[in-house]
Amino acid sequence: MAAPQSRARSGLLTLPALLMFVAFAVVPLAGAVILSLTRWDGLGAISWEGLGNWVEVLHDPLTGNALLLTLKIMVFSWVVQTPISLLLGVFTAGTQRYRAVLAVLYFIPLLLSSAAVAIAFKAVLDPNFGLGGVPGLGFLSQDWLGDPDLVLYVVIFVIAWQFVPFHTLLYQAAVRQIPASLYEAADIDGAGRVKQFRHITLPQLRNTIITSSTLMVTGSLTYFDVVFVLTGGGPGNATRLLPLDMYLTGFSANDMGKASVLAVILVVTGLALAFSLTKYTGFARMRSEQEGL
Amino acid sequence: MVRKVKDMKTSVGSSRALPSKGPVKGRVKGLAMGLALLVAGVAACGTSGPQQAGSTSADGNAAPSAWIISGVTAKAFQNSFDSWNAAHPGQRFAIQEFANDPYKQKIRTAVGARQAPTLIYGWGGGVLKSYVDAGAVEDLSDIADDPALKERFLPAIAAAGTVNGKTYAVPNNGVKPVVIYYNKDLFAKIGAQPPKTWNELMALVPRFTGAGIAPFTVSGQAKWPLLPWLAYLVDRIGGPRVMNDVAAGKPNAWSDPAVTEANQKIQQLVKAGGFVKGFSSISTDSGADVALMYTGKAAMTLGLPATYQTIKTADPAFITGGKLGYFPFPAVEGGKGDPADVVGNPTNFWSISSAATPAQKQAAREYIKSDLLNQKYAADLLAVGNVPPVTGVEDSIAKSEDPAYFSMIYELAAKAPNFQLSLDQALAPEQGDKLLTALQQIFLGEITPEQFATTMNATIG
Repeated sequence: MAAPQSRARSGLLTLPALLMFVAFAVVPLAGAVILSLTRWDGLGAISWEGLGNWVEVLHDPLTGNALLLTLKIMVFSWVVQTPISLLLGVFTAGTQRYRAVLAVLYFIPLLLSSAAVAIAFKAVLDPNFGLGGVPGLGFLSQDWLGDPDLVLYVVIFVIAWQFVPFHTLLYQAAVRQIPASLYEAADIDGAGRVKQFRHITLPQLRNTIITSSTLMVTGSLTYFDVVFVLTGGGPGNATRLLPLDMYLTGFSANDMGKASVLAVILVVTGLALAFSLTKYTGFARMRSEQEGL
Repeated sequence: MVRKVKDMKTSVGSSRALPSKGPVKGRVKGLAMGLALLVAGVAACGTSGPQQAGSTSADGNAAPSAWIISGVTAKAFQNSFDSWNAAHPGQRFAIQEFANDPYKQKIRTAVGARQAPTLIYGWGGGVLKSYVDAGAVEDLSDIADDPALKERFLPAIAAAGTVNGKTYAVPNNGVKPVVIYYNKDLFAKIGAQPPKTWNELMALVPRFTGAGIAPFTVSGQAKWPLLPWLAYLVDRIGGPRVMNDVAAGKPNAWSDPAVTEANQKIQQLVKAGGFVKGFSSISTDSGADVALMYTGKAAMTLGLPATYQTIKTADPAFITGGKLGYFPFPAVEGGKGDPADVVGNPTNFWSISSAATPAQKQAAREYIKSDLLNQKYAADLLAVGNVPPVTGVEDSIAKSEDPAYFSMIYELAAKAPNFQLSLDQALAPEQGDKLLTALQQIFLGEITPEQFATTMNATIG
């Protein structure tokens, strides 16, 4: 039991962080909840609306569409990014020749801003003046961003291109933490590369996989910038993800009430996901995987 | 210990402040506006909070400010403000440039937060009306009635800056009627003439596609370049009444047979291969849509005078070599609309923010009276390929680089019985936003004209 004096002092020490949290997280959240009960076009007077916005938004097929698209992005992003970044991370942590050079190349996307990435891909994917216009690459001249059935996968690809390097970095650092003695012991026992990966590397990366997955899953709720610049939510509503739906409703259709409803849905979904991920993956009781060492 | 607390504070502070590029400034409304964004952390994504564009003048008061749209025409605006600033050191305008689409969203946030620049760049229509309803812009009727100014502008164009009989916005840019621009070489190749009616146009489609040429290029990705197709067809088929009903909010106005027929015609044209393959992937920011026309891949494009300006910058020889042709949107057989009606932007406008200080307002009023669209300004506009909406400009047009084109644009705008403002600006913002998506779905064949009517009717009332 801490002495009263030190408890008072630790309370004082948390104060700055607490103030920041209240000012930048709690107050805006409460504001959004209140705004979601009003009608406001961003210019005129704010009028009370009650639960009308909620009923309208929950009955709007666009909301269901946005949730489904967000779920798809979440699942596909995880499925695509996790194996790639895991393998790249293991590879870049090794000591092969030219590894450092290749690692630098892999990490380049990490240095680019989302808007730059999206603008570059928009130009590259242009069916007439992009890569498809280069002689010999005609097969790349597809309706990448204009075909409603194709565009979501293009978006998932661009997001993966942008974020795989970050997760690779996580895995690289984690792999380097694995004691070499484990591999040496496995060598003596006659375990091959695949077996070593399966029985040493993967279990040792358990916590990193959880961290990386949590970041991917919660992050995919807020994918906005790349999609906004790349497709603007189109064609039609084919990439109108939840955050994009919120933005367009608020700042293009100027309906702040409905946009706030979507914002609250976004926050609640995000919190629920983060909580359940930490709860069911054992993230909270994060323990060392190196017992006995 | 004290040191540690300080470090903690700064690190927490900076990690929060960095993504949003500085704390959201502004009064209560500005804060409220930022809330929705902050919650999801989306503020990180480029739209920093509303910020007063401004330096301060020598005497410490906030200088008057104006936001302009980047592009070829920005030069004419910059020149005008430069010469004003040189002559009025105490009332220097601070100018900031924005791209078109981000500007439209940013200005609304800024006006809502009462942080708008002194001069607000606009398009008239439903958006101007929403500013007037919110008391965000000054009544400029006294300036408009000033004899010197009254004679300067084309009356039909200046009328688009009025709401309920009062002037809230004055013209500041060229007239922008939408016409069809075409590649004369490609027309000669298949021996075609510019179509005068919709059926003639449809008859050209198989001839072009048969010769391996796309009849039309359009940027389907940006959505708004699709709007003139609907606006023109509706006007040609049903006359101005149809869109006036929509703007007036009459129930089921979108179910008008003229709208349905217009959408059917659009889908027929798409199905016949009227638009370049992959048009919904083509963006307009890079000018890729127009490039297809002057590089000989597509024969025609329906566009604002910005089309001409893009070609003039990218491939001037295409114009000087006489390869660029243009003609008004064709008549529709049996339609009620006058084929002289025009769709587009009458022009752009300056409004004065009512949130500005008295000194800023005074400077803006003086600038409008003395410098706005004066002779030098009008000549600058003409030089960048924009026809100013001023009276008595025929002489300068005759002496310009391309008298035939400029006088066609001028006549079209000056004599139009009805000048339909671009629909995304003419309608209330919520309708405009829904319309852009629904029309794109019409072009993609995702919805039928009937579904379009249902979707759009739901936005009325």
